[in-house]
Amino acid sequence: MRVRAFRRRWTVFAAVAMTGALALSGCGGDDGGGSNDDKSEVEVFSWWTGPGEADGLKAMQADFEKKNPGTKFVNAAIAGGSGTQAKAVLASRLQNRKPPDSFQGHAGAELLDYIKAGQIEPLDDFYQENNLKSVYPQQLLDQITYQGHIYSVPVNIHRSNVLWYNPGILEDAGIDGPPKSIPEFITALKAVKSKTKKVPLSLGAQWTADHLLENVLLGSLGTDGYNALWKPGADWSTPAVTKALNDFGEIMKYTTLEAASTDWQGAAKAVVDGKAAFNIMGDWAYGYFIGDAPNGLGKKLDTDFKFAPAPGTEGTYMWLSDSFTLPKGAPHRAGATAWLKEVSSKEGQDLFNPKKGSIPARKDADKSLYTGYLQTAFEEWNNPQTKLAGSFWHGVNANNKWHTDIDTAIGLFLQNRDVAKLQQGLVTAAKNSGQ
Amino acid sequence: MTASDEGLKAAGAGRRETPEEHRSSLLRRSRKWLPGLLLVSPSIAAIGLFVYGLLFWNTRVALSGKHDEVSEYGFDKGRNFVDLWSQPSWPGAVKHALLFTAVFVVGALALGAFLAFLMDKGIRAEAGFRVVYLFPMAVSFIASGVVWRWLMNPAPPQRAVGFNQLFDKLHLGFLSNSWWQHPDWGMAAMALPAIWQMSGYVMALYLAGFRSVPEELREAARVDGASEWKVYRYVVFPQLRPVTLSALIILGHISLKVFDLIMAIAGKQIITYVPAIATYVEIFDRHDPANGATIATYMLVAVAVLVIPYLVWSVRSERTR
Repeated sequence: MRVRAFRRRWTVFAAVAMTGALALSGCGGDDGGGSNDDKSEVEVFSWWTGPGEADGLKAMQADFEKKNPGTKFVNAAIAGGSGTQAKAVLASRLQNRKPPDSFQGHAGAELLDYIKAGQIEPLDDFYQENNLKSVYPQQLLDQITYQGHIYSVPVNIHRSNVLWYNPGILEDAGIDGPPKSIPEFITALKAVKSKTKKVPLSLGAQWTADHLLENVLLGSLGTDGYNALWKPGADWSTPAVTKALNDFGEIMKYTTLEAASTDWQGAAKAVVDGKAAFNIMGDWAYGYFIGDAPNGLGKKLDTDFKFAPAPGTEGTYMWLSDSFTLPKGAPHRAGATAWLKEVSSKEGQDLFNPKKGSIPARKDADKSLYTGYLQTAFEEWNNPQTKLAGSFWHGVNANNKWHTDIDTAIGLFLQNRDVAKLQQGLVTAAKNSGQ
Repeated sequence: MTASDEGLKAAGAGRRETPEEHRSSLLRRSRKWLPGLLLVSPSIAAIGLFVYGLLFWNTRVALSGKHDEVSEYGFDKGRNFVDLWSQPSWPGAVKHALLFTAVFVVGALALGAFLAFLMDKGIRAEAGFRVVYLFPMAVSFIASGVVWRWLMNPAPPQRAVGFNQLFDKLHLGFLSNSWWQHPDWGMAAMALPAIWQMSGYVMALYLAGFRSVPEELREAARVDGASEWKVYRYVVFPQLRPVTLSALIILGHISLKVFDLIMAIAGKQIITYVPAIATYVEIFDRHDPANGATIATYMLVAVAVLVIPYLVWSVRSERTR
């Protein structure tokens, strides 16, 4: 009897304790925001965790800490899937109004959702104070300006329109040099298919077909025609687009059968391994090719692989850029501004980019730091004759809705191979984008 | 407590209680239920908030016009549920989910029953085999998916890996196929890893069922001249209907919600698009909460259609017992 009574009392106690714990856990948790000029800390959110990019971030962090001794640098990088995971985490943090002090995003239309939701601040004053308008190329500034305001600070430039090819296979197929136009490209693909047993154009998962699409559009429509596609109310149903899409459909006939099983690395590797003749991929492939094992393939430029502008895109730099932003309600606003100053500085960009395998967005960087492919990229970027086109797949031209809808249209095309339906899908995507 | 008990109690309570007696009896009675209530209240609160609260919230978003992060949660009469069907990627996602479910459920049930049958016939080292077949369930889909992605690679002979390479080496090249990248039947191949993973579990369910059938019943059937096949067909299996049904429910709801397996093998590609992937893409890639919530609601309804009749049925059969 006594034991039973004790037990009952114990149960009551446990129950009360549990309820209490639950109630307490419901209450706590608000650590409040700092004041606006808080410079004690800066939390920088990015998806730079891979080899190269993480080293670049670290180099910039060291320089930042040297210049801002009182500010603690908190690296809130999240790994995985070229930012997919990070963007999901970021979305929930922004929804909960707990933004980091600064976050990474592709410069351009990818930031539109944040801008429209009022989650990031315009940086016009910041550009003014630091005299940045004169150090970035004017075309770049024009292409990242939204309704007269700039919302991000570009730290690097990558190039999307690069054709990687295997010189040995081209020789076997009797092709003397990289194709310069889309029709030449199709002829070359045909030659590889008929004369060798290699894959003419290696391709990876669905998004690499999106990447190929932007390159074929640029090559077929020309820079102005391509750029016009992303203006409000642009017409995607023109015969010129039909022709470009027909070319795209033709090119797709020469791609890897097992494309969906591999990501861009597998597709790019096929070229340097002598399994495929061509691959169209952004210039991050270069770091992968020449890097040391285990993260790189340890291959040599000119012997194992060569590069050229994607067919029909010579003289145009299809760019994409990583940039940093200033979220509204950043807990350490002054820390964030100091960080933005670092990423916009010549030293910061020259520390970061050689490691990441990209070139500085600024015009006045130190040329001697960039060798091999990067030297060519650097020269072309800083050549005043070069025209700029934004990479839609990598966030410059299309907002998230448009971007995903084009991806869906391409995914459906990969199954039904119907160019007319693809064009219809692209017309609808442009119409529904609300951009 | 039945109605007649209540009546008896009412008849016995002739005398009125004094206030003190009333209070003490209340206290006494509360001692009976209060600790129990306090003990379960945290989980009731948690389930209420995190399950039903979020279900409510999800439905609210699904019924709203919040197609981006900025707009308000205005009510728009369930238009999303209709409009979704004109989204280019959605009909395919539904088709994929149904094909996957059909192949996976039938495959896992058949393979599980067959394995259990072998075990039941008393093979040597049964315990060892049981562990071997159950083990895949301990691996998460996201991990095994990486291996299956490689195994089910559709590359032609000169670049073949995985199964296709194996077939090629064994001179069974005609068996090579495009696996999950087949435009029509890809999702059937996608069900293979899931069958491999869950058939051991189904086997365990069936084995327990087999063992619960009394040996006397089988003996009686054998004495009457039934073949071993007939013993299983007419004596053992009819008694396993509850096992089959619960296995069906468990597998069915797993397959309607499948996400991680497909994410690991194919990622977010249209060729293997399913509702759970679509939810993720709509919310995180397309920034369209209303569409994502609508798809989530459809998934909830699909699972409910499966589970609720089962719950009703099992409650009823318990009552009649």
